[in-house]
Amino acid sequence: MHIPDGFLDAPVSVATGAVAVAGLAYCVKRAQGELDDKLAPMAGLTAAFVFAVQMLNFPVALGTSGHLLGGALAAVLVGPAAGAMCLAVVLLVQALFADGGLTALGANITLMGLLTAFAGYAVFRALLKVLPRRDGSVVLSAGIAAGISVPLSAAGFVLLFALGGNADLPIAGVLAAMVGVHVLIGIGEGLITAFTVGAVLKTRPDLVHGARHLLRDRQLVITTTPTATPEVAR
Amino acid sequence: MTRRNGFLLLGLLVALLLAGVVSGFASSSPDGLEKVAEDKGFSRTAEDSALADSPVADYAVDGVQNERLSTGLAGVLGVTVTFAFGLGLFALVRRKGPATPADRDDADAPTTS
Repeated sequence: MHIPDGFLDAPVSVATGAVAVAGLAYCVKRAQGELDDKLAPMAGLTAAFVFAVQMLNFPVALGTSGHLLGGALAAVLVGPAAGAMCLAVVLLVQALFADGGLTALGANITLMGLLTAFAGYAVFRALLKVLPRRDGSVVLSAGIAAGISVPLSAAGFVLLFALGGNADLPIAGVLAAMVGVHVLIGIGEGLITAFTVGAVLKTRPDLVHGARHLLRDRQLVITTTPTATPEVAR
Repeated sequence: MTRRNGFLLLGLLVALLLAGVVSGFASSSPDGLEKVAEDKGFSRTAEDSALADSPVADYAVDGVQNERLSTGLAGVLGVTVTFAFGLGLFALVRRKGPATPADRDDADAPTTS
């Protein structure tokens, strides 16, 4: 969903650039309190993983493809602030590959980073509140939140397009088309997110930010393996 | 090797495989936004990025003829740069101050808040 240069006019590009800078400044401040020595390298890995999976376009309908956005996934793994920063890093590197415009970088960071991470995380937390307290709920909530974040991000683009798109078109038609195709892409996003969160949860439950509430329920078990590493009980 | 570094290396390896190998089999159809722009008629307003002439533009490395190899190389390069950039950035912003026992790698127990 990378917006190329030219789709949005100068005022909207400048305004979204300002939103991106302010939003990321807030994220840096907030991530400072959340990331410790253990999670900081995980955030770097999350960014690298999102970059990789964003390259994997999957077909969604005749002649149309989509790929993971990854904001909700990153938010569940390392928290929304660091998650949005991961996406900003990914988008910045992608700009070097001419994927997404330079003047559109602010809009892309706002829609694919800040919006998907924070809105996705809000949906994730809301779902966790009503679901039973176990691993499966974290996986399910992450998948649904990620799925919803995609059409939301697409609707965000249409809002910017309505404010300052460089083509005069009936907005209702653009909105219907954008949300329609991104609901389909959202299904893929949800599946990939649920699968990834599930895999990390199985291997290292202590490295999933969105599952910290479960970690407190777990009991410490000292195993007698030769390395004698304390294992977190599952 | 500590367990944390083991997980990091495993994760990085998965990312490199996805970007370096699996990417060659990804769909090349236009994505959702590109398709809508074509259908609705605003794709003509797109302009080339100032970096459209970059030697790795569009995930193709200049001078490498084989398409899958070219995409794979660009992917490996991108993952490496993103990982290095991310590691450096998050090392800078992470919580400062003396490490608590829970921050040590051998203290993975749920003793933190």
